[in-house]
Amino acid sequence: MKRYLPSILFLAALLLLWQLGAGRMDAAYILPTPIGILRKLWELREPLFAIHLPATMKVTGIGLIISIVLGIGLAILMDASPVVEQALYPIVIASQTIPTTAIAPLFVVWFGYGIWSKIVVTILMTFFPITITVFDGFKSVKREMEELLISYGATPKDIFIKLKLPTALPHFFSAIKMAIPLSVIGAAIGEWLGAQSGLGYFSRRMMTQLDGAGVFAPIILLSAVAMILVGIISLLENILIKWRKEL
Amino acid sequence: MLTFKDVTFRYPEDKEAMMTDLSFQVEQGEFVSLIGASGCGKSTIFRLINRLLEPDSGEIFVGGQEIHKIRSYAGYMPQKDLLFPWRTIEKNLCLPMEIQKIDKEEQRRRSGEVLKEVGLEDYRNKYPKDLSGGMRQRISFARTLLTDADLMLLDEPFSALDALTRMDMQEWLLNQWEHFHKTILFITHDVEEAIFLSQKIYIITETPITHLEIVEVPENYPRKRDFLRRPEMETLKAKLTMQLRKQVM
Repeated sequence: MKRYLPSILFLAALLLLWQLGAGRMDAAYILPTPIGILRKLWELREPLFAIHLPATMKVTGIGLIISIVLGIGLAILMDASPVVEQALYPIVIASQTIPTTAIAPLFVVWFGYGIWSKIVVTILMTFFPITITVFDGFKSVKREMEELLISYGATPKDIFIKLKLPTALPHFFSAIKMAIPLSVIGAAIGEWLGAQSGLGYFSRRMMTQLDGAGVFAPIILLSAVAMILVGIISLLENILIKWRKEL
Repeated sequence: MLTFKDVTFRYPEDKEAMMTDLSFQVEQGEFVSLIGASGCGKSTIFRLINRLLEPDSGEIFVGGQEIHKIRSYAGYMPQKDLLFPWRTIEKNLCLPMEIQKIDKEEQRRRSGEVLKEVGLEDYRNKYPKDLSGGMRQRISFARTLLTDADLMLLDEPFSALDALTRMDMQEWLLNQWEHFHKTILFITHDVEEAIFLSQKIYIITETPITHLEIVEVPENYPRKRDFLRRPEMETLKAKLTMQLRKQVM
């Protein structure tokens, strides 16, 4: 807890400053106070928690799962074959130079207003960090350990399962921790552009009603959920990777 | 046990060969040390035996069979312990047996036995990070034993240990060797270590290596460290050291 004290104090100071500043400005439609936002969150708890949060979580969840499968799959392929690596690596990097937000409206045209246009945005934002980080994990295998296994008569499959996967595990967790906030952002952007439900959609609707606190409330909820998810993954990581201190 | 027959090898990036037509033998049950200056090709010899490198010509036999025709014929113990940090001590020991697809129960039984032999049975479920340098080397040795190969290749296994632990480990290794009756080829650049441990010392005197000079250590086992202080041993040590220094210069 002590470790987090400086950041908690700093955040409290910022919020206090925000509260005082926004209170003085008295223009809640563009800058609501933090207390006003919390109050709004409480008022809107039913639609937010019962309808819009589950909708966004569905997009985030499906998008993240597809990204993990796709990312790990690509990483394995690139690790297994230098030709595949040479063919895919530049494309994977190039995919990140695409301004996702700018082309997201096209996805709505291609995939409709349903869930899939949002999922595509989410995937496009998250598969990259997963692919690259897991691939780097495979590459960080110690050559000497690989040779030791070869001296035992290990096949490439043995080397992959007994050495590469465990070596890449901490990298995998880092990738997931990076991908979660991105997937939430991706889902929100998708919903912002066109949807019938979801926190991004809800925030936008509040914008049209000039309800400043209503714009912030779902965003605060989204950040909180992302932080909780990252926290859960960190916890899982600490349980699964007890040996990490040595690295 | 181990035979090199006219082996020639050159690293592709080098102009000169590392060894040309090298032939030598290690007999069953022997403890042989291989010494030579840094970079003279000691580890290359191990890598050739392990098939991490392929000779340009010549053949290598272990137990009378050409090494391409057999599997799991040599247990290799590297300089660093290379224990896998994510595996418990027991699981680290099982590694070579897992690769040989040995039955799980049998793996547990054998690793338990060897753990007892190396005096670390209480550490079965600990992780490598919980062990000291000396203990880790013992586990690394135990893992090499569990390859079940008769030939053990030890590549400067004690060079990273402090002087006292190192002496302990040398005496411990001799006990293990006498107990398990393995054939040991031991790389070191420490002349005293080579004399204390081995029956024969093979010296690399030049590169490209065309032959190994062989010196026998006239002392029976079990050995006490005092014999190193005898005048003939001091002379042998001085002679070997001189030979190694000549290479460096």
